[in-house]
This record gives sequence, structure tokens and C-alpha cells, in this order.
Amino acid sequence: MPPAPEAAAGLSRRSILSGGGAFAAGLLIAIELPWAAARAATASAPEPVPTGQRFNAFIHIAPDDRVTFTLPAVEMGQGVYTSQSQCIAEELDVALDKVVAAHAPPDQANYGSPVFVVQATGGSTTTMAWSAPLRRAGATARALLVAAAAARLRVDPASLSTENGVITHGPSGRSLRYGEVADAASRLKPPTEVALKDPGRFRLIGKPVHRIDTPDKAIGKTVYGIDVILPGMKFATLRSSPVLGGKVGNVDQAPALAVPGVKQVIVLDDLVAVVADNTWSAMQGLNALAIDWAPGANAGLDQATLWSDLEKASQGPGAVAKKEGDALAKLKDGTLFEASYELPYLAHAPMEMTNCTVHVQGGACEVWTGTQVPGFAQAGAAKALGITPDKVTINNHLIGGGFGRRLEVDGVIKAVRIAAKVDGPLKVIWSREEDIRQQLYRPLYHERLKARLENGRITAWHHRVTGGSVLAHWLPPAFKDGVDSDAVDGAAEVPYAVGDRLVEFVRHESAVPVAFWRGVGPNGSIFAIECFMDLIARKTGVDPLAFRRGLLEKNARALGVLNLAADKAGWGTPAPSLPSGARRGRGIALMNAFGSYLAAVADVAVSDEGDVNVTRLVIAADVGKVINPDILQAQIQGGAVFGLSAVLFGKITFAGGAVEQGNFNDYRILRIDEMPAIEVHIVPSTENSGGIGEPGTVVTQPAVANAVYAATGVQLTRMPIDRALIAKGA
Amino acid sequence: MPEFTINGEKRDVDVPSDMPLLWMLRDVLGMTGTKFGCGIAQCGACTVHLDGVAVRSCQLPVGRVGNRAITTIEGIGNTSAGAKIQKAWIDLEVIQCGYCQPGQIMSAAALLAGNPAPDDADIDAAMAGNLCRCGTYVRIREGIKHAARS
Repeated sequence: MPPAPEAAAGLSRRSILSGGGAFAAGLLIAIELPWAAARAATASAPEPVPTGQRFNAFIHIAPDDRVTFTLPAVEMGQGVYTSQSQCIAEELDVALDKVVAAHAPPDQANYGSPVFVVQATGGSTTTMAWSAPLRRAGATARALLVAAAAARLRVDPASLSTENGVITHGPSGRSLRYGEVADAASRLKPPTEVALKDPGRFRLIGKPVHRIDTPDKAIGKTVYGIDVILPGMKFATLRSSPVLGGKVGNVDQAPALAVPGVKQVIVLDDLVAVVADNTWSAMQGLNALAIDWAPGANAGLDQATLWSDLEKASQGPGAVAKKEGDALAKLKDGTLFEASYELPYLAHAPMEMTNCTVHVQGGACEVWTGTQVPGFAQAGAAKALGITPDKVTINNHLIGGGFGRRLEVDGVIKAVRIAAKVDGPLKVIWSREEDIRQQLYRPLYHERLKARLENGRITAWHHRVTGGSVLAHWLPPAFKDGVDSDAVDGAAEVPYAVGDRLVEFVRHESAVPVAFWRGVGPNGSIFAIECFMDLIARKTGVDPLAFRRGLLEKNARALGVLNLAADKAGWGTPAPSLPSGARRGRGIALMNAFGSYLAAVADVAVSDEGDVNVTRLVIAADVGKVINPDILQAQIQGGAVFGLSAVLFGKITFAGGAVEQGNFNDYRILRIDEMPAIEVHIVPSTENSGGIGEPGTVVTQPAVANAVYAATGVQLTRMPIDRALIAKGA
Repeated sequence: MPEFTINGEKRDVDVPSDMPLLWMLRDVLGMTGTKFGCGIAQCGACTVHLDGVAVRSCQLPVGRVGNRAITTIEGIGNTSAGAKIQKAWIDLEVIQCGYCQPGQIMSAAALLAGNPAPDDADIDAAMAGNLCRCGTYVRIREGIKHAARS
């Protein structure tokens, strides 16, 4: 029998929060959250949080000095295990190598996001949401430890100093370890006010410290959800109706049951799963089945219709997201520009495909998976089984890439429904094809823009965003007055001076389910705005950089990153050509979203056949105060690559109601031999921290599209780049 | 019962000869460092070594392993090239989510073992079969060069 590392890990994690088991003695710090009142006012939680219990538990110090941080934001590659730990450890005065980090369990009262209300990791919000509360938690714990030590040593707390988990009384040279006073400290009343460190004394915050999750990941020791192994576990894989919303018709189970190792075939109304001794046998069994599907109402759904229906909806009217002055009146005459940009459905395609391990027994359910929304996973599993959420235990794991995919719990729900029919624990793994074809997608967006130009300045602006609403299904109370605030993020507020303006949202749902996708709304809105800026500039014979500068006189941070990127990229000099691509171009783009400012300059070479080779990417970023500058660089680099895959290759299309793509051969991800050189330049800043997981993805796409426009004279308006439209002579 | 040499250890494993090596490692032996990413040898997450040569274990039936020595991410640190790559990956903080990185490290270790000073073209050729959705390619390239210099 293989080892079962997660059984033990899950137990210890639960013990931390219950305050029992191995962690019975020691310091468990709780602090009151300042936004508790605000949250209560805007609460959309399914279960109201009782007054007086809005506390947040992050830190445990055991008598043997082991320090455990229970972290509210989930690690999926973006580095927040480390950055959150830096915040606590800085104020607590412990070294990061002494810290054990663990994900918080579902517990909205304690770990609900200040940004989303619900317990969720996403939207590039972790640093802005959690830095301050985690620092306060660390400082509060330190104050309690010092107070306990002062009592033990019978000295003034002010005469004690802390360093690396040790409290020292300077005058006498006596010292106590945190573990020695943790139990006593945990019995003291936390101070209501606690001083935070002066930034000049920081030893961790703002420093490029090493990630705490890297060493295990480098040796294959990290246990992701897909790696969970439990005693007696069986393995399953599944197939849902290829046509959206279709049902299972007839299926003869015999061919699957004849495959060695196959134990069970499970037929639900919308999917078929095969359970076996190992994943391979389950896959062989599934492939042996000839399943008759009843395709249902979406059998005629095709991509051309999806595009044209969206365009029709974009004729309006829309719900008003922003209105200043009377843009429509001003857009009746004068020098006008108008364009529409269309963004495709996209799959997240994280390298760890959807998977979930479930054990249903005795009216309860235990789940092992990686999720960005532990509370949603718990609620989804409970609902699927008709039990209460308290009967569902969620063991969260490090995630092999989220990008929004794990903000949805469809994989958990399907696994629970299947596992309910199986005795013992069951690991359900989706094939890559199932993961590409059966998920929720970045919405199809239509971005319609109109502007009036007077003396080189924009004096009226109309931006209408049309698409499906993610918020409406993900957090229904947040969808208000017909406006999806995510879909118009990046459009409602723009860095440029654009005169009178009207920004609208048209909600247009198709049968295709939609989800957040790295870069979310700004991926569409900022792509459109930045392409539109280049259109106006080039149509009027103005340099795109100079045109933007003229609209940014009152926005120093935006102008700062724009100028920095342009300078570092050598704006005004020719972009290099390649033997394979004689036509060359340089494009620029700016973005302000997620609380951050980024500008990108892309160089491209375009072949006669229309192949685009991105040769260099220069990105400047002003993200405010930084917790970890090395992780910041990594996120911008990685975000840019994610954007390159989207703009060059990314599309999910439908034919006959089914997704046409299925694996990395036809849903292309950038490879290392297609990589440009990427330079990242950071503007030092003392402004509030912005997010950085997504901006690199957002700003890269229009920079590349604008470079292609510069190289070919063709502005492509539907993504991804279509080589046929920019082939020589096209 | 077929015998395999995995990370220097002899293992008797009773599995069908057409089972891909990936699933024998992961599901039968519980060695989950080797990852499932696509199942069609497009992504490289399942890369292991057979006698030092990088192969995609999702497409390699165990019946074709023969008497070649299998090395996985759990054992590659015992080789000089593997240890250098793993140290470079930590020094340069190459890793983000980390799911593809066992495969990246196995491909990079095979490259470095056969070519102590790979240039950009060598790196492109050896690593183009390993996808990374987090986009760590800038640092993978730097990491291989860093390891080569060490």
C-alpha cells in the first residue's frame, strides 16, 4: 500500500483550528478585524456571522517553539504563502525557516476576504487585503509574548527585545524562547492597540527573501490535491456530455467492466465515471465505453452564432457603469473614431488539471483538493449530498496553477456526486481533454468604443462592454443594477483624460458558462482601450506614445511607467527584424487596474505568412509598496507569458454545442523556444500596495497587438491574432 | 513479476505491460513527484529518465522499459547534474506553482548531463517539450545557465 501522507497532514491541520490534538497547548492568536462592521453591512454570506465572533486566527506557537501560520490566501504559484508569512514573521520576529505554513480551512468568519467578503483567493488582492491584518496579528502575538516574559522575569516589558523567536532582557542578559512563554501568553488579554514596526527596521518585508514552498517543490515532495493517496482509495475518471448541457442516453457498461482493474461504472444524468484500481485502468475503461448522449438544446450552438449574437447585444442599450457629462451628445458630430474589439472564450488550462478526492461515509464527507474558495467547496459538496456544511471537511492543498479555475467548484461537486456511489475514498481525475472541454471559460467579450477628438485631445468617450457576467453567478449580491463591476474594471476608470464619458455594460449570457480568468475584466476592457488609443493615434498621424502622454498630464504614476517602459525599450528606434519576419513593429500599452500601474513595450517580427514572433518585452511597473520584490518580478514575468499565450494562440470555440479544442496540441500554450526576452523595471513607490498576479497578463496583450499593427498596418480586432489576416498581401 | 530499477532501488511491480510508466509510479508505487499533465506527450510534466535519457512517462508502457534504470524527480538529486539544477532552481527562485517543475528539472538535468555548457539554442531544443502555465521560462533559461556555471 502506498504511503498516506495527507491523512496525517489533514488531521494536523484540523487540529490547529479546533485548538485540540497536537496543538492543545500554546499561543493561538486572535485579532478583531477592523472591517468587521463594514463586512456586516455588505454581507452576502449564506450564513450570517454571529456578533462577537469576528476573529481571525493566524498564529500558533507550540511549547517546542514550532511556529505555524494558518494563512487565509491560498498558494497556487503566486507566492502568497511566502508574502503572507513575511508579514506575520516581520512583526512577530521569527525567522521564515522556522515557520510551518498551512492553508486556512473553510471559515468565513475568520478568513473571509476583506475584498470579496467570502473566503476567496483571487483578483490579485492578497497583498492589499491581508498585509495589514497579518502584520497586526504578528505584532499582537509579539506583544503578548513580551508581556508574558516580562511577568516571568519580573521586569518592565519595555526593557525586553525580541529577535528570531527569543525574548531577551538586555540589562541582565536573561532570555526566554517564545515556546517557553507561549502558553502563558495565550492566556493574556490581547492589547487593543499595538504598534507596528517602522519600515526602516524591516528585515523581511520589502526584501527578496526565498519562497518557503520552493525547496519541497524542487524535489517532487509537495503534495498537490492530485497527489493525495489514502488507504483503500480507488481512482476514477469521468466524461460529461460533449454538448453543453447534454444528458447521458444509453450506455452499455460491459466493455468497461471487462477492462482489468475496473471496479464500477457510475452513470449519472450528465456524466459517466469509471472507478478502478488505478487511473490508467479507469481511463481504459472509460475509453472502452460507447456512450449515447442526448445532446439537448445546445446541439446547434456554433461559434459564428455566439459572435454574432454578442455583437447584436452590443448594440445596446446597456446599464450605466460610469457617466460624466453628456458624452452621447458630444459624440453626435465632430471628428469621431469608432471601433469594436472582440475577445474569445479562454480555458484556464492550469498544469494540474481538475481533480478531487472524496470520502463519503456515515452522513459526512471529507474532501481533499486544491481550491481558491474553501467555503464554496464545502457548501457545494454539502448541497450535492443534501447534508449540512458542517458535515463536510475540506482539506486544502497547494494548487498546481489556479488562474481562476479553482475559484469554481464544479470539479468538487462532480467528484462528490460520483464518490457518493462508491464505498471508500475515491480520487477523481479529469483528463486534459475533459479539463479543456468541460470547464467554465473567460467570457466572450465585445468592447465597443467611440471617441471625439479635438486638437489632439479626446473630449468625449463611450465604452460599452458586452458579455456574460461572472459576478452574477459567482457572487450574486455583487452584481448590481445590471453592471458587472469586474467586466467594466479597467473601463469605468481610465488613466487618461477623455472628457465627457459614458461607460456601459450589456449582460449577454449564452449557454457557455463563464468564470474569472487571470486578468479578469481588464483583459478585455484595457485591451480594447489600448488598441483604440493606437487606432486614433495612427489614423491622425501621431506617435502612439506621444498621443498617450498628451492624455496623461494629470496622472503622474501612469505617465511614470509609460515613460520608463518607453525609455528602456528605446522607443523611437527601429524594432529588430528577424530572418523569418521582415516586417517589424513596436507597440506600447498602459494599464491601471488592481491598484497597480504597468506599461509594456513589445517588439514583434511578422513573417510573410503572418506568423508573429515576439522578440522583446519591456515592462515597467509601479505597484506601490512591495512585500517581496523577487516574487513581484516573477509574477510580472509569468503574467506576461500568460498574456502572450492568450494574444498569440488563445481561443476556445464551439461547434455543434461542443468545445473544439481538447489538449495542448490545439489549445496552445507558449513554449520556451517562442519566448521573447522579458525585462521588468520597477518604480520604487511608497503608495499603497497594488496587486500583481494579473497585471502582466493584461498589459502584454495590447502591447503585442499594437506592435503587430505597427508592423503590418493592420489592426486586428478579434483575438487571438489571426495570421491569415496579416499574411503579406492579405 | 517484472523487476524495475527506480532511483537505484530494485522494485518488483505487478502491473499490465501496457500501463504507462507514469501510472505505475504514481498510482501503484505512490511516487507522486512525477506529474500527469496531458497524457499525449505534449507538456513534459511526466518526464523521467531511462538510463539518463529524458522520456515522457505518460506515453511509455512499462513493458518497454526493459532493464533500463528509471530515475524520477525523487532521485535525480543523487546525480551531479540533477543536484546542480535543483540548487539553481532554488537559488534563482525558478518555481511558481511547481506542478510542471519536476518535468522541467528532469529535462534540464538530462540536458546538463550531456552538455555542460548549453547555449540558448540548446536550451530551446531540450526544453521546448516542457510547458509551464505560470510562465517561468525566463528563469528556467537562467537556471540552466546558472547550474552550468556552478
